[in-house]
Amino acid sequence: MLELRSVDAGYGTFQALFGINLDVRAGEAVGVIGPNGAGKTTLMRVISGLIRPTKGTISMEGRDVVATAAHRIVDLGIAHVPENRRLFPRLTVDDNLKMGAYMPGARAKYSERLEFVFDLFPRMKERRSQMAGTLSGGEQQMCAIGRALMSDPKLLLLDEPSAGLAPVVVQQVFELVKRIRSGGLTVLIVEQNVQQVLKVVDRAYLLEAGTIRASGTSEEMLSTDTIKQAYLGV
Amino acid sequence: MQAFLDTFDIFLLEAVVNGILLGGVLALLALGLNLIFGVIDVTWICYAELVMIGMYGMYYMVQVFGLPYWAAAPIAILLVAALGALLHYLVIEPLLTAPPINQLLATGGVLFILQSFATVAFGIDFRNLGIRLPVLAIGDMHFSYSRLLAFVAALLGMLAIYFFMKRTYTGTAIRAVAQDRQIMSLMGVDTKRIYLITSALGGALAGLAACLLVLQYDVHPFVGLSFGPITFLICVLGGLGNFVGGFIAAFVFAQIISLGGLYSDLEWGYVLAFAFFIVMMFIRPAGLLARRS
Repeated sequence: MLELRSVDAGYGTFQALFGINLDVRAGEAVGVIGPNGAGKTTLMRVISGLIRPTKGTISMEGRDVVATAAHRIVDLGIAHVPENRRLFPRLTVDDNLKMGAYMPGARAKYSERLEFVFDLFPRMKERRSQMAGTLSGGEQQMCAIGRALMSDPKLLLLDEPSAGLAPVVVQQVFELVKRIRSGGLTVLIVEQNVQQVLKVVDRAYLLEAGTIRASGTSEEMLSTDTIKQAYLGV
Repeated sequence: MQAFLDTFDIFLLEAVVNGILLGGVLALLALGLNLIFGVIDVTWICYAELVMIGMYGMYYMVQVFGLPYWAAAPIAILLVAALGALLHYLVIEPLLTAPPINQLLATGGVLFILQSFATVAFGIDFRNLGIRLPVLAIGDMHFSYSRLLAFVAALLGMLAIYFFMKRTYTGTAIRAVAQDRQIMSLMGVDTKRIYLITSALGGALAGLAACLLVLQYDVHPFVGLSFGPITFLICVLGGLGNFVGGFIAAFVFAQIISLGGLYSDLEWGYVLAFAFFIVMMFIRPAGLLARRS
């Protein structure tokens, strides 16, 4: 479904990603793990068009992502839940969700999608007329994921969904990811919480200093010595 | 003594009502400027000059080409809306990432260009529509219909903007851009297009103000100076970019001008208003409704 081939990217003269090759197949959940500053967020941003690769190709279901205008990439079926959620704090939950359904294709399905999101997060229905900035951290994450789901995406990019949340809430968020998956949605998730994310995904990539150091199924990754020592503390 | 009090109260009431009527038009002007500042984060120093161009548009359509007022007004609104979009496209967009002082100087330059253009093209004569609306007398109080019309139309214009911003996808996107412009492309929003629409809306509000002001004031190339500074003070007092604050501040200023003018000349009303502004800047430098962070 999603294919990255020898992608380089960075900010100005600073290069953050070096020759990334990455595949996500339809129906899969794939994780990207790695330390702070490894380029995980940059990887997500380059896929959703927030920054553009300096080299390499990205394709989504055979369509060229790099040649697509940034605001049209969501039409290819890619929805990005950015780092720190980035809700519109002084818009209501309803308006935040409405922004997720901005594209003409999504507008047509608005009420159907809203029902889907409220089914998934009944809490959002209770809070719909509240300003997003007044929600708790966990609720904000729900709202951010809900906003992304409003566009009826095929591929959901999740950037550190557990960041800044209490342990109990982290647990809930990963449960959620499982539920979203079971609906047939393809998921690419970036996480520092390696132990948790490997329970949810089918495969994972290890990203270090802007290059992919290892990849494999969750079981393979769990049994790799470097990952055990560096990320699981075993 | 009783007779003196009666007259006094009637004058006071008349001044208060006139203040409210003035507040409506000032609030309309402030809304346009706040919209541009809140969303695009630039200040159109030349905002009142767009109003001036709109007033000339009305003058030429009504006096020279003989169009009825009601037909000319929508054309003038569209004309100034197009001018707003053009201003954004030609001047603001190339400077979006430039330092704020450069943007300020650029729109300041546009102010002088528009003033000079008007001087050359239209001359320095004072011109008016030649439309005299009747005066409404209630008891001993007199209110001009042109002010009543301006007030009602300004409120309707603001109401239309309110519903546009609340109900439509584009309006919601305009409010969202004001809060986080970087992630707008993730929503599928073309920020450039939203800026252009916002600029056209700001222009349309200036055009509506022009249609209403031209009924009360003569137009000349420097007429913008009568509305520009006061509009800025209102926006700053309300908190730049804060729509509700601007609305309230417009009525506060209008009352000060109107009541201040009651006790002496109208000019003293303006002096009081500006003095009030300076004092408020010491007390609440971020504006009346500053967001506490």
